[in-house]
Amino acid sequence: MSLYRDEAVVLRTWKLGEADRIVVLLCRGAGKVRAVAKGARKTGSRFGARLEPGAHVQVQLYKGRGELDTVTQVEHVESFKVTRTDLSRMSHTASLLEAVDQVAQDREPQPRLFSMLVGALRVIEESDPPLITGAFYLKLLALEGVAPELDVCVGCGEPADTGEGVLLALEAGGVHCRSCGGGRRLSAEALAVSRAVLGGGLTAALELPQGPVTAEVHSLATTAMEAHLERRIRSLRVLDET
Amino acid sequence: MATYAAPVQDLIDALGRLPGVGPKSAQRIAFYLLKVDDEEATKLARAITEAKARIGFCTVCFNLSEGEVCTICSDPERDQSVLCVVEEPRDVVAVERTREFKGRYHVLQGAIDHLQGVGPDQLRIKELLARVGAEQITEVIICTNPNLEGEATSLYLSRVLAVPGLSVTRIASGLPVGGDLEYADELTLGRALEGRRVVENG
Ligand SMILES: [Zn+2]
Ligand SMILES: [Zn+2]
Repeated sequence: MSLYRDEAVVLRTWKLGEADRIVVLLCRGAGKVRAVAKGARKTGSRFGARLEPGAHVQVQLYKGRGELDTVTQVEHVESFKVTRTDLSRMSHTASLLEAVDQVAQDREPQPRLFSMLVGALRVIEESDPPLITGAFYLKLLALEGVAPELDVCVGCGEPADTGEGVLLALEAGGVHCRSCGGGRRLSAEALAVSRAVLGGGLTAALELPQGPVTAEVHSLATTAMEAHLERRIRSLRVLDET
Repeated sequence: MATYAAPVQDLIDALGRLPGVGPKSAQRIAFYLLKVDDEEATKLARAITEAKARIGFCTVCFNLSEGEVCTICSDPERDQSVLCVVEEPRDVVAVERTREFKGRYHVLQGAIDHLQGVGPDQLRIKELLARVGAEQITEVIICTNPNLEGEATSLYLSRVLAVPGLSVTRIASGLPVGGDLEYADELTLGRALEGRRVVENG
């Protein structure tokens, strides 16, 4: 039983009893932690808005014997003010939080995942690029060691792109070349952008305006992410923003 | 692992499905109910059956109502030109307590919640748009909770309610963010209603 401090992003919250909340936090040091925030739903609570999904906070937690820790203090590290007043940003943020919540294991430190998430939340606040969710999902799959294979054909092992375009076969783990066949067409541009995201070209990919190519990459990334999670990502379907 | 007799387990399961009641609370309530005298237990069971039989949702505003149309909607003294949009019936009670509002209500029966997968289609938004189209409404006050879900709902509503001649306002000022509307005291909520501001189209 002890008190500890950590930096955290709120992944989601649940109502508990009369006025409390259960919060799921991704902590930089402690990994995914579930905790009770007493009185968090009362207006004027010292926790209140600081413990809403997507908030980047400094927390003090009390670890008891049970599964749930208790939040004893919360301070904002930064507040995403623009995000809170924009539906598209809210949707993008939720789609990131939901995937991270699914991927993160309880109390397993994942500092890289934490940094990635905070970075992406900042990008959403600053510019909200159309490809933010897709790019984040591809990066997250890579971090999990399950990024789709985009360089060589998963059927024959030959370089996939022979100038004729490739076929996307996510259930097989990546792309098929034309001679192996099987899968749905993926444009050369979308293939290049997806590779760039997984290589060193994330910044340029995020600068792309909304269009058929970003839509194709987004669809590839969400399909791959949902296949990995073996469930649908609800946030993606609430509004037509993502 | 020891198991409970089927009727006990059924009771625990039923209680566990209530909002805000976890498995441990469900057990505690079940054991409490099994200990109280028969009369007490029957009173509770009857109260639930009675309320379920007599109370439904108002077909106009979707607040809880004893009849087809609730007392507020059928009150000729209420201002027909102003609608206050809230998430839940309990928010109607909170706003009524302020005695600041003389218009009528529209209860969404929830809020947009990405992480729970609740979108506009699961709320009474279609019905709200139909009312705005058909009735003599000139102002809509969005009175959703000052938290993330309430904010998302408000932004969405301000977008779909952008019609000429309709003023859409949002209570905000004065209400501390992050809480539930039902916990705001009358004075704060009353001031927030008075200090409502026109929302930009999200
Ligand atoms: Zn091949
Ligand atoms: Zn009514």
